[in-house]
Amino acid sequence: MANDNTQYRFRHTVGGRTFGFKSLADLMAKATPARSGDRLAGVAAETAEERAIAQMTLADVPLSLFLEDVLIPYEDDEITRLIIDEHDKAAFSVISHLTVGGFRDWLLSDLATPIVLERIRLGVTPEMAAAVCKIMRNQDLILVSKKCHVKTAFRNTIGLPGHLSTRLQPNHPTDDLTGIAASILDGLMYANGDAVIGINPATDNVAQACRLMNMMDEVIQHYEIPTQSCVLTHVTNTIECIEQGAPVDLVFQSIGGTQATNDSFGFNLATLAEAREAALSLKRGTVGDNVMYFETGQGSSLSANAHHNLDQQTCEARAYSVARKFKPLLVNTVVGFIGPEYLFDGKEITRAGLEDHFCAKLLGLPMGCDVCYTNHAQADQNDMDNLMTLLAVAGCTFIMGIPGSDDIMLNYQTTSFHDAMYVRQALGLTPAPEFDQWLIHTNIFSDDQFTLNHKIPAAFEASLKRMLGDH
Amino acid sequence: MKRIFPTHPIEEPVIENPWQRLRDFTDARIGLGRAGISVPTKHLLAFQLAHAQAIDAVHTPLDIDGLIENLVSQSWCPKGQPLRLHSRAEHRDMYLQRPDYGRLLNKTSEQSLEDHAYLCDDKYDLAFVIVDGLSAFAIEENLAPFLEELIPKLTNGPVPWRIAPLCLVEQGRVAIGDHIGDLLKAKCVVVLVGERPGLSSPDSMGLYLTWNPKVGHTDAFRNCISNIRTAGLNYPEAARKALYLLNEARSKQLSGVKLKDRTDDSVLEHENHNNNFLITKKL
Repeated sequence: MANDNTQYRFRHTVGGRTFGFKSLADLMAKATPARSGDRLAGVAAETAEERAIAQMTLADVPLSLFLEDVLIPYEDDEITRLIIDEHDKAAFSVISHLTVGGFRDWLLSDLATPIVLERIRLGVTPEMAAAVCKIMRNQDLILVSKKCHVKTAFRNTIGLPGHLSTRLQPNHPTDDLTGIAASILDGLMYANGDAVIGINPATDNVAQACRLMNMMDEVIQHYEIPTQSCVLTHVTNTIECIEQGAPVDLVFQSIGGTQATNDSFGFNLATLAEAREAALSLKRGTVGDNVMYFETGQGSSLSANAHHNLDQQTCEARAYSVARKFKPLLVNTVVGFIGPEYLFDGKEITRAGLEDHFCAKLLGLPMGCDVCYTNHAQADQNDMDNLMTLLAVAGCTFIMGIPGSDDIMLNYQTTSFHDAMYVRQALGLTPAPEFDQWLIHTNIFSDDQFTLNHKIPAAFEASLKRMLGDH
Repeated sequence: MKRIFPTHPIEEPVIENPWQRLRDFTDARIGLGRAGISVPTKHLLAFQLAHAQAIDAVHTPLDIDGLIENLVSQSWCPKGQPLRLHSRAEHRDMYLQRPDYGRLLNKTSEQSLEDHAYLCDDKYDLAFVIVDGLSAFAIEENLAPFLEELIPKLTNGPVPWRIAPLCLVEQGRVAIGDHIGDLLKAKCVVVLVGERPGLSSPDSMGLYLTWNPKVGHTDAFRNCISNIRTAGLNYPEAARKALYLLNEARSKQLSGVKLKDRTDDSVLEHENHNNNFLITKKL
């Protein structure tokens, strides 16, 4: 509460009591729905009342202020420079008269059609998206996300309305090729893998990455699967793989929303530009040229002590400007992986997943979500069922698919192959169209897009016999 | 929308997957079969049990008295009564939300280590710091059999290591080893910690080595050996790697990114013989 009003940038008086907020960053942090990471950083509202007052104060802030009052100085941070330098004033003109609160009304209104939302994308900064997000309820986040259509392509088309894709994640604790092949087969038989077949390598070096890239490339070519592969190794490793002639479809990198976060990850914007050029030069896409795959997650900046006293949701949204610059095929918020010191329980994980999906879609990114939790968080499969269903209703681009929800390499739980089938059936969603056709032709689907074949499709029978004999 | 639900006849509610025998080759939960498109009951319940065990691993406190009793009865136990310590995280809920508290000793423990260092003239080459971390099971299962492999090799070698009394820490994180090593003025600290439990590994122990431990060191100063347990990296193999790292650290007087573990080189070559059964290789 404000006794000495002079030190406060924003003030709000309710019933004779005045609440003060030192800066726009302070106001943003205190307006954020409660979560452990902001408490750990010491930036969260101290009481529920202070949070509600902060939200009321934030609602009165004009959107145009975010272009003048940057949260991390322009001189100090290349992501601030990226956000300001690439801001599209013409696109912004449609919403430039609005406050944060007015922006929420506008987004929910019939004025904001999918076409109009696409038109304003480059006029919205991450901070504007983060601010409006903080005063929106979960259902608001879902409804507006659903209106934001984002289409990308490489060997298939991702993100069309009515479709839900999956990353097939065949991780193995020793990168054993037989184990990985077994998980890939399992996933394909459950109609998963249209977003990407993506491996987190257990041994993270260039030689291992090349070996895994070659293995996945052989599978994709042999079975003529309209999908793409990715080894989730450091961007500089992938550049080396390309130099060595490895079959790189997508370049992976974990990204954060401050320059200092990305420094701690060992890359900068120039590194990403170089990697993208290298991947484009291979011309491996058949229906599109989106060659990047990014992962994000609230808390990464604080974890790297690189958060500049911003709240973790605002840092996260700033990462999306990095992603947007490089035209990714896929962006994935790994929402529950970071642990309970950042998102304590199922309620906080659910809220964060919906926020990240909303902000990314509003900014025009093909956002998927690793709907997940670790065993030291207060969360379980039911929380995952809820978030996965909510995200699918919101038009989420993709989710993970892993055997039985259990990642035996990374030791956490994410959505299973079965989960993807559930949510597709419950909501009438189908995989990417090219992949869908392949599933039908290969007889993985028996007679429609939702019923799996009871038998092993002929194309895979020989491989299985080779491995297992004639039963 | 009618095509969403299958209309053809099904004889059994659970459809088994013919490739379930591939589970002989991986711990991944493949070939579960399906009831409709959902996980069959028996696999659902097996998963719930595994999750329950992992949760219990996180929340069950370390039985420190039992552990100390067992350790002091071993012939290889370093001399001196084990030191019982506690981090600044008072309880598990605080521990889970405040990693910074788990990295430092509380005032009482700090004082008792200062007293120990004051009363005792011994200079230590090495301190073992045993930390509950995220799985007390991991410590209770794996600590004694692992140390039984490692400590005799350290004390019977050509240049025996002078080892501090064992330090046992409740509600600790890896970096607390630096605080302890610093206070004991040990040249090297080895932290043995219960790792974040996975569904198939609620009992995995990790080892972190720091030469010249100081408060504030980052991971870049540490070397790690992960997944020490009977079903993972077994004790003789883990002890072999630890001995290699300790000897390298002592001869180079450093640890962390500049100290590479080369004991794996042969393993990687061996891995290349694995095959991808989905492809017929052209010879």
